[in-house]
Amino acid sequence: MNSFTLHETRLDPQRLREALAHPGCGGYVTFEGAVRDHNEGRTVRRLEYEAFAPLALREGARILSEARARFGLERACCAHRVGELQIGELAVWVGVSAAHRGEAFDACRYIIDQVKHRVPIWKKEYYAEGDSGWVNCERCAAAPSPAGVPAHEHA
Amino acid sequence: MSGAPLYGLVLAGGRATRMGRDKASLEYAGKPQLVRAMELLAPHVRRAFVSVRREQAQKPVQHAYETIVDLTPDLGPLGGIQAALAAHPANAWLILACDLPFLGEATLEYLILHRASARLATAFRSRSDGLPEPLCAIYEPASRDAIEAWIKAGERCPRAWMRRSDIALIELPDPRALDNINTSAEYAAASAALRERRRLNVRYFALLREQAGRNAEMVESAARTPQELYEELRVQHGLQLAPEHLRVAVNDEFGDWSQPLAEGDTVVFLPPVAGG
Repeated sequence: MNSFTLHETRLDPQRLREALAHPGCGGYVTFEGAVRDHNEGRTVRRLEYEAFAPLALREGARILSEARARFGLERACCAHRVGELQIGELAVWVGVSAAHRGEAFDACRYIIDQVKHRVPIWKKEYYAEGDSGWVNCERCAAAPSPAGVPAHEHA
Repeated sequence: MSGAPLYGLVLAGGRATRMGRDKASLEYAGKPQLVRAMELLAPHVRRAFVSVRREQAQKPVQHAYETIVDLTPDLGPLGGIQAALAAHPANAWLILACDLPFLGEATLEYLILHRASARLATAFRSRSDGLPEPLCAIYEPASRDAIEAWIKAGERCPRAWMRRSDIALIELPDPRALDNINTSAEYAAASAALRERRRLNVRYFALLREQAGRNAEMVESAARTPQELYEELRVQHGLQLAPEHLRVAVNDEFGDWSQPLAEGDTVVFLPPVAGG
């Protein structure tokens, strides 16, 4: 079973957490990313996430197995929303379990950072003024970066 | 698209001196180029004609089509254009050379979509020298007098006429669409390259989906790599993200801009991501 999942409906942290249980684990760390009402000085009314699902699932799974190997985790899971989300709704959930808390904290941080940078998921913000924009894309469209400079990895 | 109803003309009157044989009868994938050009053109125009020299009018391959015979001998392509504008002066003309084996549906549709009927003509800007491409272009009825005057002045080059006239120049989406064939070596290379055209599935996401106005499409392309394919689609759909901002995926896995593409591949150009 792939422990990186995409969801069209509300995430339930209580249920997601059940998959982390392991008798050898003393440290459980979870991260919850929620939709915020502002970004870069603008008031955000709602969000829309779009994913290229086949590759998002693959890349997400790769991140989780990297994290398991690197930090010696027992379990690592990540659930990401797609579709339309309101302010306050959970957009992403990451959960890990390890023997000790140190690795669990580090691994959780690693996973969310990598997911933001590598998984083909896009976020469109709808602003209070009625306009909207794809995060990280609009500036590229307006002002191309110098040739040869990879601008993709900034998030 | 607006303006005068569009007629089409395939120029098959060339002497093909460098080729040593009639370019209209050269076959690609078993089909003479004239037939390919007429099949490409006909669905996009009210009526499609073949332009011939007077002494060619009896040749069998042209018989299947309506023809327009040159009024003035030895004017080259401009003679065919002149005769068409004279034969149906109320119509605009989509003029096509008969030696453009790479020309496809998408390029013609792009030309028609970007037609500027208030100008004398609409033509692609050459990818090699930036000059107008007069032999895959739309000539408006108003161009007739100007072209007649140009011929009377002793000129015969349609490109030179375009350079001095009020025409609309548009970008060419597929850089190889107007590569023409003049020698046997070029014919051999084109036949080989055409066998290498492949059907590719393209999916669009996020900002690129909105700019392309579609989620997915099937394209037939001579692009050998994602880089060449993106260059083609970028112009065609007016995509505003430069390739250095994108990553590419082929068949649901991250790929390389320069990897070879195969028939049936699915290609996705990935805008900057923003999960979490």
